[in-house]
Amino acid sequence: MAYTLQLEIVTPEAKVFSENVEMVTLAGIEGELGILPGHEPVMTQLAAGEITVRKEGKNIFLAVGEGFVQITGERVAVLTDMAVKADDIDEVKAEEAQKKAESRLSQKLSDEEAATVHAALIHATTQLNVKRRHKK
Amino acid sequence: MASTRDIRRRIKSVKNTAQITKAMQMVAAAKMRKAQQAALVGRPYAQLMNEIMAKAAEGMVGFSHPLMQPRPSSKRAVILVSSDRGLCGGLNSNLFREVSKLEKNTVFITAGKKAAQFIARTRRTLAAEFSYKDTPEFTEARAISKFVQQMFLKEEVDAVDILFPRFVNTLTQQPQLIPFLPIGKLAAASAGLNAPTKALAEHSPAEIFEFEPDEESVLGELLPHSLNFQMHQILLETKASEQSARMVAMKNATDNAKQIIKDLTLEYNKLRQANITKELLEITTAQMAVG
Repeated sequence: MAYTLQLEIVTPEAKVFSENVEMVTLAGIEGELGILPGHEPVMTQLAAGEITVRKEGKNIFLAVGEGFVQITGERVAVLTDMAVKADDIDEVKAEEAQKKAESRLSQKLSDEEAATVHAALIHATTQLNVKRRHKK
Repeated sequence: MASTRDIRRRIKSVKNTAQITKAMQMVAAAKMRKAQQAALVGRPYAQLMNEIMAKAAEGMVGFSHPLMQPRPSSKRAVILVSSDRGLCGGLNSNLFREVSKLEKNTVFITAGKKAAQFIARTRRTLAAEFSYKDTPEFTEARAISKFVQQMFLKEEVDAVDILFPRFVNTLTQQPQLIPFLPIGKLAAASAGLNAPTKALAEHSPAEIFEFEPDEESVLGELLPHSLNFQMHQILLETKASEQSARMVAMKNATDNAKQIIKDLTLEYNKLRQANITKELLEITTAQMAVG
């Protein structure tokens, strides 16, 4: 099948993913979206969770943070604050980060700090969830 | 005429200064590389955000967000971004020269100590003072951007611009004033190391986007986010500018010090030789007188 989607996942730190793929499944804030080539143009917000990419018959999983998605017939652009491939997730590190964030949340924090810690907690938890689900 | 000891003392003190400036130059060089790197990695994100916003703009006809509402501009605010420390050549003074061109009733929001000091010294209106670290964090940028958005939405100000030293290359930094609010034509987020704006012109013919759940909530999130991000890019760029400016300034200082040392050493040797000749002359004259 020569019919593919160009998937781009970009975070402020790096371009995480830029390849041609067959199908993308991601969690929008309105629910799961399965995107095939030729999808109608949509713009939506991305919820923290998992992106499943189907490429050459194989599934690739990524843990992503909140962000934005723009879909056109031949292209899916994902802007997010975090994106890690499941294979690259360091479970120990993520667990540590999760614990650290949790303990900091119980302390008194300013609004700004609380938002940062909260985001960190979501990142760590998402990474853990994705990793555990796809453990071989 | 200075004595040889005076000259020796001066040489020593200039050498010490040269050592310090040399050290500062190296530190700045290392930091500069890091800061430039940090400013560069944000580029794909900025570019994609640009593209998304431009495309989204076509899809939304007859829709306007409060942050995009242009108002007759009577009260203007400027976010002045400077470095925290001096010794970076003309970076801050060039920036502040631009400030004096602005109208007197402009309200200032500052980031960086030098800017705050300048505004206080020249008795201009300071709305808020922010600080940011050596490696600017997103949260720091978000604090500034949020504050300014609040001001704008409460109609305390009608337009917000940012004045910062744009990083052109290691040798050149240019003070630049860019509009921040209201968001014009959805072409924001173009900051970043000379971020390419061609993305706006090049995109494919109009596609009407479906918004999920609706335009208001998607753009309501996207617009503030893009402003926060733009602010962050500007902080990163300012840091890159600052470190480059400091490196160049310190390099010049070191070179100058070396030149002075050279000149002083020459003078010292001349004086030393003159002294020896004079002494010899005295001895021979004395001998001749005795003999």
